[in-house]
Amino acid sequence: MGAHACERIGLSSRPGCLSAGPAARRNAMHELSIVESVVEAVTETAAAYPGARVMSVKLRVGVLAAVVKESLEFCWELATVGTALAGAALVVNNVPLVVHCAACGRDAEIEGVQNFRCPNCGELAAELRQGRELEIESIELEEPEVGSESASQQVSESVGNA
Amino acid sequence: MTTRIVELRRGILKKNDELAAELRERFTRAGVLVLNLVSSPGTGKTAFLELTLRRLTQAGAKAAALVGDLETDNDARRLAASGAPVRQINTHGICHLDAEMIGRHLDDWAGVELERLDYLFIENVGNLVCPSSYDLGEKVRVVLLSVTEGEDKPLKYPTLFNSADAAAITKIDIAGPCGFDRELALHNINEIRPGIRIFETSAKSGAGLDEWLAYLAEQRKVLKG
Repeated sequence: MGAHACERIGLSSRPGCLSAGPAARRNAMHELSIVESVVEAVTETAAAYPGARVMSVKLRVGVLAAVVKESLEFCWELATVGTALAGAALVVNNVPLVVHCAACGRDAEIEGVQNFRCPNCGELAAELRQGRELEIESIELEEPEVGSESASQQVSESVGNA
Repeated sequence: MTTRIVELRRGILKKNDELAAELRERFTRAGVLVLNLVSSPGTGKTAFLELTLRRLTQAGAKAAALVGDLETDNDARRLAASGAPVRQINTHGICHLDAEMIGRHLDDWAGVELERLDYLFIENVGNLVCPSSYDLGEKVRVVLLSVTEGEDKPLKYPTLFNSADAAAITKIDIAGPCGFDRELALHNINEIRPGIRIFETSAKSGAGLDEWLAYLAEQRKVLKG
């Protein structure tokens, strides 16, 4: 499939490289690009909350999004180490297939990705309501208490710098 | 310290998605129907495309093709014999085409103007995994499956098959010797992508090409309309 992602970005000697399984490491190029976008979006959002620290980031990833959870987790580690997001957890929630069944007139969740048949009536359902998502659901921030000394210090710092 | 949850529900657009959206807009403005052909290596994309380009060129349509391979320009040479403008993209190890490669190869393609084309075919690198993650700005994604590959291929690669707009079964001239189970293959394609248009073709005999060309003309009308 081409050079292992770690070698390509010059990281083959990093300990983080060895903690993920071989498949996650080998196929990580695509997920690296996704993680870069997440880091950008999270950094931008967190900037609106001065003094806050990002504790975790929750993603929703559809089963048909063509994204490997383990590769995302591996790339997150690499991309955030040494940055303001270092230590923040990436929580990846897999989102199942939901189709709209024209025969039943209802939405139904489908287990797995081996068929698109309505579990209620057995008809094939072409309309996908859910399953291709790739989004940031929420960000968990830890903020200093309002009214505490450190908080008022930070507030006055940011006001001073405005 | 207090905890705050900031709800975002924000789509993650990676760089390729942004570039693909730009390409899509560019193609729509230029009025050219763009197709992305995906399949395993050896399914017969090039032979299928070769015959398609010949037939279109003979009928007076303006078609061009970009073809992706890790190495060699063998496919571009074969396709160019049809008389259509063809350009090779060599990825040198990357297992899929992406929007940046498409944009770059369109930008300095001497003698080809998108506005003057009716059709642009993109033959992807043979691979049923990674191309599903890389939008090329196409209007129609066609997945090809040959009679030699096994009827359960769609079940093994659901992400790509489900993302396709049309499917073409290839090499039907040797379906018999392969023991190809046509009903099962059609069934499995439909399980993964209900209602998808399926063409049954042979580049050797020309079978199924009329229906495929009619589909192309129909899609072009939709684009213009």
